[in-house]
Amino acid sequence: MPVEIPKDTWTGAVREVTIGATAAEGGTRATTVTIGGATTMPFMHFEGSIPHRPVIAVEIVNHRPDDWSHLLLDAWGDAANDPAAWAKAAEQAGADLIQLSLNQTGADGNPITPESAVTATKAVLEASGLPLLVFAPGQAELDNELLVPIAEATKGERIVLGIAEDKNYRTIVAAALANDHLVSARTAMDVNLAKQLNILIGDMGLPLDRVIMDPTTGALGYGIEYGYSVMERLRLAALQGDAMTQLPMLVTAGYETWKTKEAKVGEGVPQEWGDWTARAINWEVVTAVALLESGADIVVLRHPESIARVRAAIDELMAVPAAG
Amino acid sequence: MALTGIQIYKLLPQTNCKDCGFPTCLAFAMKLAAKQVELSSCPHVSEEAQAQLAESAAPPIRLVTLKANGHEVKAGNETVMFRHEKTFYHKTGLFVRVRDDEGPDAIKARVAPADAYAVNYVGMDLTLDGFAVESASNDPAQFEAAIAAVRSASQRPIILISRDPAVMAAGLKALDGESPLIYGADAANWEAMAALAGQHSAPLAVIGATLDELADLTQKIQGAGVEDMVLHPVATTLGASLALNTQIRRLALKKNFRPLGYPLIAFAGNDPVGETIAATQAIAKYAGFVVLDHFAPETVYSLLVLRENIYTDPQKPIQVQPGVYEINNPKPEDPVMVTTNFSITYFSVANEIEGAGLPGWLLVTDAEGMSVLTAWAAGKFDAERIAKAVKQFSIADKVSKKRIVLPGHVAVLSGELEEELPDWEVRVGPREAVDLPAFMKQAL
Ligand code: SF4
Repeated sequence: MPVEIPKDTWTGAVREVTIGATAAEGGTRATTVTIGGATTMPFMHFEGSIPHRPVIAVEIVNHRPDDWSHLLLDAWGDAANDPAAWAKAAEQAGADLIQLSLNQTGADGNPITPESAVTATKAVLEASGLPLLVFAPGQAELDNELLVPIAEATKGERIVLGIAEDKNYRTIVAAALANDHLVSARTAMDVNLAKQLNILIGDMGLPLDRVIMDPTTGALGYGIEYGYSVMERLRLAALQGDAMTQLPMLVTAGYETWKTKEAKVGEGVPQEWGDWTARAINWEVVTAVALLESGADIVVLRHPESIARVRAAIDELMAVPAAG
Repeated sequence: MALTGIQIYKLLPQTNCKDCGFPTCLAFAMKLAAKQVELSSCPHVSEEAQAQLAESAAPPIRLVTLKANGHEVKAGNETVMFRHEKTFYHKTGLFVRVRDDEGPDAIKARVAPADAYAVNYVGMDLTLDGFAVESASNDPAQFEAAIAAVRSASQRPIILISRDPAVMAAGLKALDGESPLIYGADAANWEAMAALAGQHSAPLAVIGATLDELADLTQKIQGAGVEDMVLHPVATTLGASLALNTQIRRLALKKNFRPLGYPLIAFAGNDPVGETIAATQAIAKYAGFVVLDHFAPETVYSLLVLRENIYTDPQKPIQVQPGVYEINNPKPEDPVMVTTNFSITYFSVANEIEGAGLPGWLLVTDAEGMSVLTAWAAGKFDAERIAKAVKQFSIADKVSKKRIVLPGHVAVLSGELEEELPDWEVRVGPREAVDLPAFMKQAL
């Protein structure tokens, strides 16, 4: 019996956002990455167009982090001692983008300086041709002190500067505006908060095709369902034509996962949790895949094995199924 | 699809006799549409109208139950595409597959630990739901032996896998009195399988690669008298599987398309890595039953938690019991920290302290399951409530240093709390749980 395939009709689309600029475009990147553009819910190839696949950003730190699980540091080996080497290793592991996180303290234990932050950013840009995201430590004043000189020193690279939040977006947005960069706008798991921040950023004159939104998520077991549903709601609103939700979404699946006890702790945990390394990687992969299903355009990951697995999942999700 | 009040009214006697307790038939019809009364309250409704109303009241996705020895796994009766629209109801049943050519001893050895597995998450014990037994040998006797081996180690519901009706008949005989899932019926064997499903009152899985094929089969099988079916839309990639599952759910919910109004089953695949990913998608996107080929605690734990998270009612967040929680065996001189009883808030805070290996007393107040900021905004987490919890749970008797740490988000409460608790020192902690260990090391 012939069954008509039920297609939803959508009027809106997610904006296309291009990260990175090649030499011809005023930067130095070997490649650029374009995300967004979808006219349907995640991977519904039968009813709309999904011109760009979701991508994987790999998180590296400006110096060997002392608060990361040794499972991660062991996996990255000596590369984690140096951001340039780490960026290369991340590229080899299958990254589409590099996300450089700036730690509050430098390698010598002293507070990070704008000079050292700029040096680390430039080293990463030289070591890898992938487009870059730079996330400051998340303290309003310090973030501004670091991101402004970074933005100036890398003018034209179309870096994603983060993290722009309601309390702290003006300086970052202005720096992006003046130096041909993008921003990542983070709000706390709420559709309206996300819209408001996008409006505020747009009002400063930054074109919205230079904004990515990070609606925040919890990891598996720690509130993933909130992030999951907020993302579905944002994407539905975007497809229904709400312009302020039509931005690609970024989720820090790796950061959230590696905060959890399931990933961080290997001893003194219930036996039912099973093998530590396998569990930690599962935790990151399940978190990332669930959030891809709910609309993530960029997933930021930490473990090299997770990168490979999530990449394989994206390949399969993007393989357009035969009609039928 | 549910009928509107007006549509129901047209089926009623329209005499306004008031025997139902309502002044008019229309008033009763409205209540019925809102599911606030039962049709049986009207003694005068015709049989024909009854049948029509029953048909329209049937859920768009049929509820199917697998039963064995007091265990039940239900799937179906779902009402929404996205969990935020209402909630997902029947948690995806997770099954582990064994094959009869593994031999009874190996089967027993695999089933026993999977059957015994229970992991605590947010105060709940999560377990697997049952086992799938596949006839790889195509030999009825060997199939029966494998089923007996499973039954010697587990009483949970079973999915029987064979396309050969003779083998399936042997399997069903071995499980007499239970309702296993028969997997399954295809274009070649459906008549014989439907007959078996009828004889044993067991639900039947229907296998097809396209919507057309599946709808054809379910209609034929329904014609043969079988009502309880489960669909297996066969797909070779994650993307294809997602598309089929979504299309079937949409047809059932939005078009009330009966031939596909059944729960779905998914086979997560045979390599352990791909299996975790496929099962993740299946849990999030509409499978009622998922069959795994491996049992590994580190995989099953993550999938059970995902299932819990996806199927949580968005209107009713999971709460923890208010009280004093001891973390890392605190001593009287260790700090007291306060937070709300929203499970995720509690677990984030407890996890940070515990993960850092720092001892402390965590006072969890009754904030009606809201997070710190939301509860504060709603007046459910204020100085008065915190002081009340301090007294109610007699935390002062447990500690030598009367010092309490407030979440940074509610720093504004510190003055009032000092007034409420005059002999306590009130400190303001960090806003985020992740910064708590550093705060405890440096400031306490
Ligand atoms: S009992 Fe039936 S017929 Fe009488 S008023 Fe109620 S609905 Fe109408």
